[in-house]
Amino acid sequence: MSLDIKAIRSHFPIFQRETSDGVPLVYLDSTATSQKPLAVIEAMNNYYRRSNANIHRGVHTLAEEATALYEAAREKIARFINAPSARQVIYTRNTTESINLVAYTWARANLKAGDLVILTEMEHHSNLVPWHMLQAERGIELDFIPVTETGLLDLDAYQTLLARSPKLVSFTHMSNVLGTINPAAEIIRMAHEAGAVTLVDAAQSVPHLAVDVQALDADFLAFSAHKMCGPTGIGALYGKAELLESMPPFLGGGDMIKEVKLRSFRANSLPHKFEAGTPAIAEAVGFGAAVDYLASVGMDNVTAHEQDITEYALERLEEIPGVKVFGPSAQHKGGVAAFTLEGVHPHDVAQILDKDGIAVRAGHHCAQPLHEKFGIPATSRASFYLYNTKEEVDLLVNGIYKVKELFG
Amino acid sequence: MDDLYREVIIEHYKNPGYRGHLDPHNIFFADNNPLCGDHIEITIQINEDETVKDARFDGHGCAISQASADLLMEFIIGKPIEEVKQLNKQDILDMLGIDLGPVRLKCALLSLKVLKAGVYGLGEASDSLVE
Ligand SMILES: Cc1ncc(COP(=O)(O)O)c(C=O)c1O
Repeated sequence: MSLDIKAIRSHFPIFQRETSDGVPLVYLDSTATSQKPLAVIEAMNNYYRRSNANIHRGVHTLAEEATALYEAAREKIARFINAPSARQVIYTRNTTESINLVAYTWARANLKAGDLVILTEMEHHSNLVPWHMLQAERGIELDFIPVTETGLLDLDAYQTLLARSPKLVSFTHMSNVLGTINPAAEIIRMAHEAGAVTLVDAAQSVPHLAVDVQALDADFLAFSAHKMCGPTGIGALYGKAELLESMPPFLGGGDMIKEVKLRSFRANSLPHKFEAGTPAIAEAVGFGAAVDYLASVGMDNVTAHEQDITEYALERLEEIPGVKVFGPSAQHKGGVAAFTLEGVHPHDVAQILDKDGIAVRAGHHCAQPLHEKFGIPATSRASFYLYNTKEEVDLLVNGIYKVKELFG
Repeated sequence: MDDLYREVIIEHYKNPGYRGHLDPHNIFFADNNPLCGDHIEITIQINEDETVKDARFDGHGCAISQASADLLMEFIIGKPIEEVKQLNKQDILDMLGIDLGPVRLKCALLSLKVLKAGVYGLGEASDSLVE
């Protein structure tokens, strides 16, 4: 089934605006953050208009309603990734915080000097820096699954690394620069055979692919609402129950405790053990609405639509002289096209495209080591989501020709 | 776009007159714009009378950062160091002849920041130098 894009676009109020007089918005930056459908905006508005109260601590009507909404959203998110139970979905601020939560709790309780953590060369800074910090603090070792010339992970090299008995393999499910969709189930299976725990950075996969944590057999999986039609300020960490149970708490404070004495505390049960203080309640409600929205469209439809656009975009971009697109062919790739244009800095490309209302991102996209690997300081990146069209790809291509002319 | 990418900017970007490296030099300084990875380094020779004898920049980055570096080098040659120390944001914008938003302003001001850290003999280039 193909998506009714016109209907989908009408669900997103932002597409009614122009970036300047008569210039409609061509939003090709969903990898950074997605736009929000009315259903999400309304869910959050309604929460503030009707149900706003603090959760888990009042018995009055509003407190009960707010708590129910907050927890119902968790159930929806759990179903969306096929988690066995909503207790295994911890609310965080974003993917970055989810990864840090694992680094601060599980890793600090389980890793000692010399223990090996395997990452990949295509990681976002959020799955590098927490481990650099732990390395400085604990003396853990880091090694990296190499990225091949075509932008895929080198699984033979991975197999070799596994012989060194890593404690953790933490990797991105989908690269936010190359677009590479990594074979997560296989990477996890291999890690488990070597006795390692796994953490999946699913910031780019959960928004664009049907992700099933049980089918993947993931130990931890991290994602952000804002990249999947939801609000900023909220994300999630999924974890296997026995791991989450055994981990020390993260931040200390209200809500995460069962009992507090002057000199001691007992931690609350899952998921509250990891949710200290008043959380982002309206955002959780918005997150639930985002998941409802995506589920109603159907993730397989979202993926198929993006695949279609991406194939077309790669074809059109590659026919422009001087353009080089990074990453694998469309079949291994999500809706991301990071490219360089010979002789023009990505910032200039993005700025000139912006005059035509075309929003692309320029820079290293929080993946500096990956850019270094390919010997480039920066790229321009166009990314696609369920609301993008082939006509928008054409506008992008025309825009790039304009840039070429200007810098001719 | 025609205002932002004026011909003079494109021209200085594509055919810079002052790209290079002076050896020997009295002043060397280098810094990056972490946001976009723009890199600028400058080398400067100074006369006995404390004026700029010659100046060059090198590096990579967007048209705005590289053109403003080239314009800045051109501008300071022959000027007293004391005058160079007084240069500020507005001087760069006047050289470029454009107005810039906050993100691109950082690109435009990178070379001035590097220059001022160099002439003041500072260990680090801080944004406050070009406010
Ligand atoms: C692959 C990947 N991991 C992690 C992140 C970090 O997400 P957040 O900034 O929401 O924590 C991003 C977002 O850019 C990403 O693309």
